Amino acid sequence: MLLKRVVITGIGVVSPFGRGIENMMNSLLAGKSGVVQVPGLSEITGMRTRVAALATGVDPMEIPRKFRRSMSSMSIFATLASLDAAAMAGLTEAHLSNGRLGVSIGSTIGSPQTMQDFFRDFGIDNSLERMKSTLFFHIMNHSCASNVAQMLGVTGRILAPSAACSTSCHAVGYAAEMIGMGKQDFMLCGGADEFHPLTSGTFDIMNAASTAFNDSPTSTPRPFDLDRDGIVCGEGSGVLLLESLESAIGRNATILAEILGFATNSDPGSIANPNSSCIANCMRLALDAEVKPEQIDYVNAHATATEQGDIAECEAISSIFGNTTPVSSLKGHLGHAMAASGTLELAACIEMLRHGLLIPTLNLEHVDPLCANVQHLHGVTKRPVTTVIKNNFALGGVNSSIILRRYT
Amino acid sequence: MTDQEIIEQINSSLAEEFEYALGDMTPDTTLFEEMGLDSLDVVDLVIVLESAFGMKIREEEAIRKIRTLGDIHTFVIDKKRQMESA
Repeated sequence: MLLKRVVITGIGVVSPFGRGIENMMNSLLAGKSGVVQVPGLSEITGMRTRVAALATGVDPMEIPRKFRRSMSSMSIFATLASLDAAAMAGLTEAHLSNGRLGVSIGSTIGSPQTMQDFFRDFGIDNSLERMKSTLFFHIMNHSCASNVAQMLGVTGRILAPSAACSTSCHAVGYAAEMIGMGKQDFMLCGGADEFHPLTSGTFDIMNAASTAFNDSPTSTPRPFDLDRDGIVCGEGSGVLLLESLESAIGRNATILAEILGFATNSDPGSIANPNSSCIANCMRLALDAEVKPEQIDYVNAHATATEQGDIAECEAISSIFGNTTPVSSLKGHLGHAMAASGTLELAACIEMLRHGLLIPTLNLEHVDPLCANVQHLHGVTKRPVTTVIKNNFALGGVNSSIILRRYT
Repeated sequence: MTDQEIIEQINSSLAEEFEYALGDMTPDTTLFEEMGLDSLDVVDLVIVLESAFGMKIREEEAIRKIRTLGDIHTFVIDKKRQMESA
């Protein structure tokens, strides 16, 4: 329970469907896939997956060189998304710099591409003489948060949560708690990641990456589907501008949604495999005393199209919400943008709340009988939506859930 | 390389690294005020020059006194000539 009510007044996204929430929502509603074949992957020995959902519509030159020099792709994504979120919220320079606004943006790791470039060069002759002065700023774990703060002139708190696929759910949850405690009035929060073969390869090695649809990339991933064969990695950034309700009302801001609950827990049973009872516990913690299960109108699932993950999540959802609450995953459209996935999907949830439209799972044609214990959506559904729960689960045994409510 | 070729190589390397318009580069162009470089950029400027001309200049005392593009031109030309005569 938050001591102060926390609302969302700005959204910024960089996704496979370009920059901006409108582009992303139009594509989601149209049932488009952002997954493409990535030619370079076929040249990597041992790499079986050849597809990914790559960010589009990004012009790094929008960011002045002075700030861009310390950014890898993920920080560029996060900065553009943050600029858009701040602009949508109508923030002024004074809001950004008066110490009452903080940044909570994380990534899975620092820039893998910069690390690769450095170690490739370092390995030639064991020399540091060619190392650029700004290299470290690309690879430090708080690269995205710091770069956003530098570019936007933020003087408040900096937080850089890192929990792989749960990262941006954490970033939003912890940001809401900071505002709820009165430590900050505004938080730019979310996640970002850049695609690198290391990420796909990690899942490929664990037999958790999609490999059967390399020649038909838009047919994968297939969350909950009988023919699913694993994760498709993606990239991008989602950033939300959170603020206290009193601040939003005080400055007459347009309120997009309210954050009602956040929970996260650890699953020590396995560093790789999810457990349905731990997932269910996480959702129950998020529901808290504020929201009853029957009040949830829609579950935005993490569902990445792995056998174990999808089944465990369906068991957990079913145990709390039964089989009548609509459920879908947006991974079929967006792939799995790792640290960005939580806020990209939360951004879509906000729009679903505002417009009373629920988006189905792309590529879900034949529901796996082991995932049939929940109510899957099979088409864009128009219905009043007041309260939704959004899940993210990460390698490392990190679960997270956020509850959003339409603001009226 | 002639002196003019060295100057052109310096200017094109720095224009690319620091995204500065080649047409605006004159010997009087100041690195800090006009090109907008700072202490981090100076570190990278040395790396760019070392890479472009195959020389080691990081520890050179004269580097610390450089203020304009013309100072760099003179420094590099002198250094190249020293290397050639060594």
